[in-house]
Amino acid sequence: MVGIVSFGGYVPRLRLDRKAIMQSMGWFAPQLGGSAQGERSMSNWDEDALTMAVAAGRDCLVGQDKSKIDAVYMASTTMPFSDRDNAGVLKAALNLHDQITCADFATTMKSGTTALITALESAKGGEKGQILVAAADNRRTKSASVQEMWYGDGAGALLVGGENVIAEFLGSFSLSYDFVDHYRGATSKFDYNWEERWIRDEGYSKIYPELIAGILDKTDMNIKDVTRLIYPCVFERVHSALPKMVGASPAQVPGNMHTETGECGTAHPFVMLNRELETARPGDVLLVAGYGQGGDALMFRVTDRINSLPERMGVSGCLARKKVEKTYTKWLQFNELIETEMGARAEVSNRTGLSILWRERKLILGFVGGRCKACGTPQIPSDRICVNPRCGAIDSQEEYEFADRPAKILTFTGDNLAASLDPPSIYGIVQFDEGGRMMMEFTDCTLDDVEVGVPMRPVFRKKYYDKERGFTGYFWKAIPLAVKEK
Amino acid sequence: MATGIRDKVAIIGMGCSKFGERWDVGSEEMIVEAFIECLADAGIEKKDIQAAWLGTCVDRVNVGSTAIPLAKALRLQNIPVTRVENACATGTEAFRGACYAVASGAYDICLAQGQEKLKDTGYGGLPAGGGETKGSMISPNTTAPGNFAQLASAYRATYGFSRDELKRALAHVSWKSHMNGAKNPKAHLQREVSIETILNAPIIADPLGLFDCCGVSDGSACAIVTTPEIAKKLGKKDLVSVKALQISVSNGYESAFNEWKGDHFVTADLAADRAYAEAGIKNPREEISMMEVHDCFSITELVTMEDLKISARGGAVKDVMDGFYDLDGKVPCQVDGGLKCFGHPIGASGLRMLYEMYLQLHGRAGKRQLPNPRFGLTHNLGGSPRENVCSVAIVGRYEG
Repeated sequence: MVGIVSFGGYVPRLRLDRKAIMQSMGWFAPQLGGSAQGERSMSNWDEDALTMAVAAGRDCLVGQDKSKIDAVYMASTTMPFSDRDNAGVLKAALNLHDQITCADFATTMKSGTTALITALESAKGGEKGQILVAAADNRRTKSASVQEMWYGDGAGALLVGGENVIAEFLGSFSLSYDFVDHYRGATSKFDYNWEERWIRDEGYSKIYPELIAGILDKTDMNIKDVTRLIYPCVFERVHSALPKMVGASPAQVPGNMHTETGECGTAHPFVMLNRELETARPGDVLLVAGYGQGGDALMFRVTDRINSLPERMGVSGCLARKKVEKTYTKWLQFNELIETEMGARAEVSNRTGLSILWRERKLILGFVGGRCKACGTPQIPSDRICVNPRCGAIDSQEEYEFADRPAKILTFTGDNLAASLDPPSIYGIVQFDEGGRMMMEFTDCTLDDVEVGVPMRPVFRKKYYDKERGFTGYFWKAIPLAVKEK
Repeated sequence: MATGIRDKVAIIGMGCSKFGERWDVGSEEMIVEAFIECLADAGIEKKDIQAAWLGTCVDRVNVGSTAIPLAKALRLQNIPVTRVENACATGTEAFRGACYAVASGAYDICLAQGQEKLKDTGYGGLPAGGGETKGSMISPNTTAPGNFAQLASAYRATYGFSRDELKRALAHVSWKSHMNGAKNPKAHLQREVSIETILNAPIIADPLGLFDCCGVSDGSACAIVTTPEIAKKLGKKDLVSVKALQISVSNGYESAFNEWKGDHFVTADLAADRAYAEAGIKNPREEISMMEVHDCFSITELVTMEDLKISARGGAVKDVMDGFYDLDGKVPCQVDGGLKCFGHPIGASGLRMLYEMYLQLHGRAGKRQLPNPRFGLTHNLGGSPRENVCSVAIVGRYEG
């Protein structure tokens, strides 16, 4: 049996209150009021498609044996790199083994579901054991555009394979039409969109019914057999009218998450499916569809094993861990939609030593240190001579992953002098309970959230962006484990 | 067996430029400014100097790398000149090189000069980081105040002080240095400042406010050293000799091994012990007459009082509030205004501290003169609390 083995999701902690958009830009674009309900998810300044994919991937791999993974597929239309294996960075951040196939699926909203079909088919063929498929997007939008209202940032990951399947793959059906409702040129920052009425009537309202009919026919199932019918659609009215078009009842259809996250691009089918899997029961049949220049549909049947998956943060956990942002200018700042004075301190070169990155890839991307086999001391970075003053053994260390180790704050400060997109820059020494410490940047928190002894968790984030050379540098930061919205 | 540096070297001349925002002069001119005073004080001729050490820290402003700028500025006679850099201990490191050279007998008379020009960056504070190293790829984008401010969080956690209690003691540290700096015509900042002003200043790196941070300055300082025997032959009286010169450097223990609590300086603790042993000092709280310590930030000074064993662990807050370190206290600290007010041109700072100790021991400190000092201690701390270079030097009257 081939299917989904595990699932994980990620939605950034920040949610932009859509009313904040209206308050700032309503004078200019009053028509946006029609979509100004609830919140949209908002990447922190140090998040992008890759960091979110890593977060979803980690969530998905809770309790899984990483050595069984033979391939990593990443799907996004907002890959940080046009020529660098983004899935390969994801693989390195998850510290997976090296004899692995990594591939990027990009350039259309349905690339997530396409990657998933590709993964399931190669698992079916028996060539690969397990394949991790992650989809993530954070699309830049123009200020006061309807896309700014509609879109959200997020990620989802699915582990597929032939053993320990929690949702059996029953089949897939795809359509390809060069239906250009929107596009983003290779060198453009923003989408270009055609008239909404055309997209609604000729796009969603025709492609989805054909897609759903196709998958039902292919899997020899009736729409009544489908427990949950999962499809993204930015038009609330079309989204709720679709069940009737395909003979389903509205009860079978989960909402499009407009008020909670907005539409997360290629990741949205994954985010929605994740949420359904969190509450699915054995025997449930899930139909998930992806839309974009045609579409993909996949059918799954949930198995008994779903009950034995370990706890995870999941999409629901992320949705609960929210901080509502009401300052629209912060949104503009994080998305480089305004040019703020960053001060002369921001002018220092952050060119990346690529030969250093290669040598130190385990440390920088994987957050891997060492553990001394002589005295047992975990340490990061791992150096040739053990740091324990009462040991000092040479070449005694084995690889030791720090990303999931419990840790607490030893020292901290909030620095107003350091150049930062979101001052103060908060950082300090994070001490791992089982050994090892490192000075780390803190993120997803304010100075009020931190104190000596507060439990922290490492997260993979953007450390800097080298504008001159187009390079995004990543490293691990720390977030407080539990921060309540004040 | 090693016998240390005690009384093997005498300082026969010192000079120090005006510190501050020296928009009007370049590095080379400040080097000359300090040197002229120093050479006149030593009463020798330039050709008597057989070797020299130049301490500079930040390469991308100031004079760049190598020792050539010193040789050129002073038109030295092609003698050996060595450029040293060891973070904020750079000036003391230059002095150490010159002292060891005369103590070894390799040379009779040597020059140590520290020089820094930080005000050519175009912005406030120390020059921003950067660099293409492994460290820059994994370290947060820190600043000096951010690095040292972390001491406060850990110190509070260890000893249970509230943020306000600690802030008040830190304010006293800076208030005292401003009082002293106001008495010093060469100081960068010569203004008394009230406790309330200090407490209400904008936060630079929590909990440190503007007045918890030292001046970022241009300046130069230098010393001419020889052996006590040669000094006597030159007709020098009331010699000031070197009693101890210690450097301690972090090895990664603080930053990577789970033992140190982040609330003090491991290196300063060790360097102080070694310096007291070298100088023959048994009870520093009683025997040290005065100090110039590395008050890059008020919290650094406060914590250092404990590492130097002048205050007991956890006792510095009380000592500070009791005025123990004020000009009229038991062990006056930052008599010349400290880094806080005299200013902190990095490469020059260690020598500037020695300059004040030297003036005090000779009774030439003017309005700041302390009654009958015997031992003066200087201390530098470069880097961050978790990884640093610490120097401790002790000078005093030569009693051989």
